[in-house]
Amino acid sequence: MISPAHYVALAVILFVIGGVGVLIRRNALVVFMSVELMLNAVNLSFIAFARMHGQLDGQVIAFFVMVVAAAEVVVGLAILTSIFRARKSASVDDANLLKN
Amino acid sequence: MIHSLILASPGSDSAELAAWWILAIAAVGAALGMIFTKRAVHCAVMLAVVMLILAAMYAMQGAPFLAFVQVIVYTGAVLMLFLFVMMIVGVSAADSIIETIRGQRLWAGLAGISLLVLLALVVGHAAIGAAAPSGPRNSSTNVEGLARLIFTTYVFPFEVTSALLITAAVGAMVLAHRERTGPKPTQRLLSRQRVAGGHPAPLPGPGTYAQHNAVDMPALLPDGSASRLSVSGVLANRAIEAERSGGRPAIAAEVLEPGEPADLDMPATVPTRGGDPPRRLPGGLPPEPPAPAANEEER
Repeated sequence: MISPAHYVALAVILFVIGGVGVLIRRNALVVFMSVELMLNAVNLSFIAFARMHGQLDGQVIAFFVMVVAAAEVVVGLAILTSIFRARKSASVDDANLLKN
Repeated sequence: MIHSLILASPGSDSAELAAWWILAIAAVGAALGMIFTKRAVHCAVMLAVVMLILAAMYAMQGAPFLAFVQVIVYTGAVLMLFLFVMMIVGVSAADSIIETIRGQRLWAGLAGISLLVLLALVVGHAAIGAAAPSGPRNSSTNVEGLARLIFTTYVFPFEVTSALLITAAVGAMVLAHRERTGPKPTQRLLSRQRVAGGHPAPLPGPGTYAQHNAVDMPALLPDGSASRLSVSGVLANRAIEAERSGGRPAIAAEVLEPGEPADLDMPATVPTRGGDPPRRLPGGLPPEPPAPAANEEER
């Protein structure tokens, strides 16, 4: 068995890629997808640590993260469609009514 | 069966390492592709690749239950929800290149690199031991052990989760719901608007089979010019966009008159086929998107 450190390293890389995606993309949908990528990376590290400790608690927590992520996506996409209906744009730059 | 297949036997060390390298490179490549591809649909496909690879990695680490949940929930439900919303919010809308904040990309890249360095330092300093000898072992199988934990130690968070899911479902329905503010248009009103809209007859069909074998070819008017009403606004927008990004201008040359600036509002006031009054269709959007995110994935 290879060390869990391999998986944790991959999780770090994916997390950073997701973070950069959140920062550089303007389409709100793609920003959401990047957030999902970050959540998945964290899940990977949870499972790697669960394996390192030989216990299942990490897997249970990853399971809960998945559930919460599903709920988050549902509400987030609903907000996105209602913003799109009002503003006719899915770009995060256009939702600037509160600016100034 | 899968369990015994997945929980690697002690001898298969190099096999797992090779699989890790292949999957990790593919995952990082797909993730980079996701954040750098312009079209949102391509991003979703790349994200699906990453999630499937992660499912395989869960399986490699003795978490077959989570691997299946990952495939079913993430690639099955969450990404499909993304694609549904993408169909509503406008597939044709590519990201704008213009930076609203000056130097945003540069600073984002710097922030990403510094985050990577920070995390690498933290993880490098942490003592990550080798895997426990026989993988997760609280019970005979992974699913059994997870069930035992979820329904004993974590039973309260589990119940709270169900409340959270119900709340999310209701919230999505409330957010996606839209009240009818005016009276429902009657048939008389609709026919009046249709006549008053200047185009009482049905719209001309596309020029399929007249010259080409595709719906994006405009029909020709008697004088030989192309009829702009005969091509769907979505297709016209895509053509304009392709022309802008240097692709082949499939129909734009015929739909747009030469010399005319490619304005995205070109097919904007197309009388819809239902005889509604002319509506603006920005970005080729159907005027009344169906209620979107009401389909929750049940977890």
